[in-house]
Amino acid sequence: MNIYEVFRQERKGVAFEHAGSVAAPDEAFARAYAHEQYGRRGESSALWVVPREAILEVEDFVDELNKNYHRVDGYPLKAKLAEARERAGTSLSRS
Amino acid sequence: MNERELLLAVADDELVLGWRDSEWTGIAPVLEEDVAFSSIAQNEVGHARAIYQLLVSRSGSGEAGASAPEHAPSSLRMQDADGLAFDRSPEEYRSSQLVELRFVPDWARTIARRVLYEAADELRLGRLMSSPDPAVAGLAAKIDREEAYHRMHAEMWQDRLRDEPRFLSAVDELFPHTLAMADEDDHEALIALFKPKTEPSNTVLQALGRGNHADGWPELWAEMTEVRRSVPGATW
Repeated sequence: MNIYEVFRQERKGVAFEHAGSVAAPDEAFARAYAHEQYGRRGESSALWVVPREAILEVEDFVDELNKNYHRVDGYPLKAKLAEARERAGTSLSRS
Repeated sequence: MNERELLLAVADDELVLGWRDSEWTGIAPVLEEDVAFSSIAQNEVGHARAIYQLLVSRSGSGEAGASAPEHAPSSLRMQDADGLAFDRSPEEYRSSQLVELRFVPDWARTIARRVLYEAADELRLGRLMSSPDPAVAGLAAKIDREEAYHRMHAEMWQDRLRDEPRFLSAVDELFPHTLAMADEDDHEALIALFKPKTEPSNTVLQALGRGNHADGWPELWAEMTEVRRSVPGATW
């Protein structure tokens, strides 16, 4: 038995999302089982059925030096914005 | 067989096969197959329901039904699909022996029956799809679109078990039942498809023919109709 990951598109035009997986001996069975498990109630307009080994996993996200300025939440603008407004004379507290 | 009789035979086959295949729910060899097989079984019952509905909607309007005489078979007097599905006596069902046989826990025979049944069913559905009656042709086309998945399922199992002796001997064993289920016009095509070592004699085909039920039929009928019969005339 192999494991196949199933991605489901709810309606034409929207992105495929991971739905779950099926265990099947080969591609034909995987296709049929995915069709029954993730499509028989009309909940999908299309499926992608992918052997699990074909998926390249990337999960090593080290941040040893805490370079939080790479992230949106690591670069707070609120204080800097207030400061700039102060300088420009458009501070909210004055208006 | 006129078209009405053919429709009743198809509906009874689908109902009974749906019932037999649903006996695998919860005990199929693997979970994925359990879900797929149960879903197919349920589809078959759904097909039976749609055909029964068509038959009862027609029965009031002319040739039979409300106007049917008292002595007419009860299949022509039923007022709704449930009545047609569950309120007939066992001998009034037109199901074939192929679908009536109980195979649990024999997966090889179960799959052989699916493969044989789908092949024969495809041929008769094809004929119904070209019916001059648009309601019949339309319903047959709708059913056929769903059967396409059943055929895909049967074919992939057939391919997987093609060298498995238990499966091959089950196909040989059930081929005569399949011919007996099918219309005579389809015999040649089925023989070409399955290439049996020997063709069944007319005596065998007659014994297996529609109207003669399989050994387990009375028990199956009793189980199928048990709840309905427990409170006759109830509104559920």
